[in-house]
Amino acid sequence: MIPGVSIYELLTVTSLLFFIGVYGFVTRKNLISILISVELILNAAVINFVVINKYLYPDMLQGAVFGIFIIAVAAAETALAVAIIINLYRQISSVEVEEIETMKH
Amino acid sequence: MEKIIFYILAAIMVIFAIASVTSRKMLRSVVYLLFVLCGVAGIYFLIDYNFLAAIQLTIYAGGIIVLIIFSVLLVHHIEMQLELAKPSRQLLAALACLLGLGLFLTTIYLHPFEVVDNTNTISTAEIGTLLLSYTDGGFILPFEVISVLLLAAMVGAIVIAKGKKLSTNNQSTS
Amino acid sequence: MMYPYVLLIPLIPLAVFLLLGLFNQKIKPEVSGYIGVGGLLISTILAAITAFEYFITTGKVDGAYEPYVFKTVWMHFSETLHIDMGYLLDPISVMMLIVVSVVSLMVHIYSRGYMKGDQGYTKFFAFLSLFSFSMYGLVLATNLFQIYIFWELVGVSSYLLIGYYYTKESAVAAAKKAFIVTRFADLGFLIGILIIGYYTGTYDFEMLTDPEGSAILSWATTSFMGLSVLTWGLILIFIGGAGKSAMFPLHIWLPDAMEGPTPVSALIHAATMVVAGIYLVARLFPMYYFVEDGFALQVVAYVGAFSALFAALIAITQNDIKRVLAYSTMSQLGYMMLGLGVSGYEGAEGLGYMASMFHLFTHAMFKALLFLCAGSVIHAVHSNYLKDMGSLRKYMPVTHITFLVAALAISGIPPFSGFFSKDEILVAAFEQNKLIYVVGVVVAALTAFYMFRIYFGIFWGKTPGYEKTPHESPTSMTVPLIILALLSAGAGFIPFSEYVTADRMGFEAHLNYPLALIASAVGIIGIAAAWIFYKKENPLPDRMANSLGKLYIWTYHKFYIDEIYLFVTKKILFKRISGPFAKFDKKYVDGTMVGIGNSTVSTSEKIKGIQSGKVQDYALAFIAGAVILGILFIYLWK
Repeated sequence: MIPGVSIYELLTVTSLLFFIGVYGFVTRKNLISILISVELILNAAVINFVVINKYLYPDMLQGAVFGIFIIAVAAAETALAVAIIINLYRQISSVEVEEIETMKH
Repeated sequence: MEKIIFYILAAIMVIFAIASVTSRKMLRSVVYLLFVLCGVAGIYFLIDYNFLAAIQLTIYAGGIIVLIIFSVLLVHHIEMQLELAKPSRQLLAALACLLGLGLFLTTIYLHPFEVVDNTNTISTAEIGTLLLSYTDGGFILPFEVISVLLLAAMVGAIVIAKGKKLSTNNQSTS
Repeated sequence: MMYPYVLLIPLIPLAVFLLLGLFNQKIKPEVSGYIGVGGLLISTILAAITAFEYFITTGKVDGAYEPYVFKTVWMHFSETLHIDMGYLLDPISVMMLIVVSVVSLMVHIYSRGYMKGDQGYTKFFAFLSLFSFSMYGLVLATNLFQIYIFWELVGVSSYLLIGYYYTKESAVAAAKKAFIVTRFADLGFLIGILIIGYYTGTYDFEMLTDPEGSAILSWATTSFMGLSVLTWGLILIFIGGAGKSAMFPLHIWLPDAMEGPTPVSALIHAATMVVAGIYLVARLFPMYYFVEDGFALQVVAYVGAFSALFAALIAITQNDIKRVLAYSTMSQLGYMMLGLGVSGYEGAEGLGYMASMFHLFTHAMFKALLFLCAGSVIHAVHSNYLKDMGSLRKYMPVTHITFLVAALAISGIPPFSGFFSKDEILVAAFEQNKLIYVVGVVVAALTAFYMFRIYFGIFWGKTPGYEKTPHESPTSMTVPLIILALLSAGAGFIPFSEYVTADRMGFEAHLNYPLALIASAVGIIGIAAAWIFYKKENPLPDRMANSLGKLYIWTYHKFYIDEIYLFVTKKILFKRISGPFAKFDKKYVDGTMVGIGNSTVSTSEKIKGIQSGKVQDYALAFIAGAVILGILFIYLWK
């Protein structure tokens, strides 16, 4: 644990990060920007796992292991998202959400 | 000392996160994200989870950000300004987020955490053992699942990104 | 099982119906005719065997004909109350089997000639088979519900056959009329069944009609408006029977039903279906007789007598020969009801019952014959009206002779069959109720008169200018005529009282010579009057009509019964009661529904923007909702 820093402060920071990510997810209109927002949300979650592990259950490792898993999943997700974005760009020359709506029809 | 470093890191993370989701230049917002991720890695260092910090730096900062930058460069003109959402929508989203934040914070501050004082640090060996352990509390199964997931994601990414163009190229070359 | 083949009697026509109905287009008309006739021939033979075994060899136990019942439980309600399916053999059901089989077979054979070249030849035979099946089922029914089911089935087949020429508007209207009127009467029947089932706890004929049984003995326990509930139930059942048997005032459908093909009229509307009402009363006769000391039976007797007189009067003035026959049928049905009404139960007192069944039997033969003759005549001159006929005896000798036999039989001239049955009804009436006896005698005279009126009108009198010379009908039509004529002439000599009696014991019936003399005398007077009026063309009928004035006009218009019905339904029911209801329904009930629909549409128009299909919108809504729910449940809801 960090000397002089309480768990409350750390959790405050992660909550902030999480809601900034949510805000970005809702307001951005570009697929890549949305992806960035999702990364923010994921990171906030990972920090929470790790911090709670460290502060409350220092003898265990579960939090850290879950952090690793989340990072792995995030990596996989990003790879796929990028693949989709590139493919989409080839098809319709745009990555704006509005334009992708054509797929609905 | 650590306290000051933490506050600096927290400030960096929050400011660059906000910048990242509001910037109207795509590439910049990716770079801001990079800063946020580095800040997260700093937090890991501070709480003595060095292995996790290393992973954060290599996979996120090194791998994911590079991937995103690649895609930005592939599909985007760097100069292009990003469209913004309607003000009403921004307001609505901000309001919802602030409300949620308030909810989170009140809940967190009202909860009495039983913090255990410690200076434990974890070694890479411990994590490796745990990941491959099949006794109680071992993570061998999720580990394998993640491995398969990564493989599937890799194959899927290649197939999706290959698209039609490559196949037509193949045909024309053969 | 003693009579295993009885089940086949109704099932063969059903099979024929399904075969002809399903492969309507595939079967050639000639083949379908043979199938129909063949199927019914087998049924007829089986019915004859049944009758022989029942009446002659095995049926009689200790001097009485024991009913034979075969049944399985179909719907189980309680230990005593369950609905069965099966067949019941007793003297009247076996007798009805014979009647239905013989007439139906004759009509089938006749139809092969009469319907030749018709578009729906196969369909016609399919419907005839359906009718035969239903009628057999009705006759063999073991309980009130089974009879009700087949009762409705004969109603349906009658509807189908009346409306057979469905391109003709009048036929469609007549079919609907028949269906609605009888359906209306059946409502009474159904309520009656339910009342009787509720208060006696059984639907089974055997238990209901046992004079010593609990069903009959319990009649005094519950009463309603001064009468036993069972009496009400029986009167309601009689209303159902009156609907089918065209008793006044539910008779209006029968004359219109003559729109159907003539063989149908002969089969359904003269010989079989219309006697279902009589059969029903006869079936429940012990109930009618013992419950409330026969109050319901009195109702039956008076309704029957009135209908007989009423219809006979109308029949005199009608010019459409089929309508004359229809009213004549109604009159004779009234006669049978009357006969049941004046009957007693035990031994020779049950003369009226036996005579009524006897008359049912003979009437089925000679009335079917009359209709088939009329069909033959209509076939030849292509008209239903008396004015288009005359002097046909020269062109159609077979039809002429057979018609004459039937007319003599219905007029009650000895030794033709009608004489015996009618005479016995009159004897029974004389012993019970002099008023009804007088009505019966008058009706007998009128019957002879109107019958010979059309007889002379058709076969004698003037010769209208025929466009084509009429010719005798083909053999397929004349053979049934001859067979039926033989039956009509000879059926009177069957010792009916030995076989069919109210208490199933059998007794010796004797001719009551003075009464028989009166009966045949009035018949002869009627014939003589008709001879004077109609043998040659003369002004007498017109003068007679003029001198009677109003009465003639009233009878000509059938006493305006149809008009009264129309007035009641159209002017009062539809306009005053149904109209406002319909308006209310259209304006408010419908309006509410349409309003709900419209507001749904407009609301959805307004809110369809919410369903944008954008994940981000949904995410925003989801997060906002989750946050609000979190606040609500964690902090506000304590």
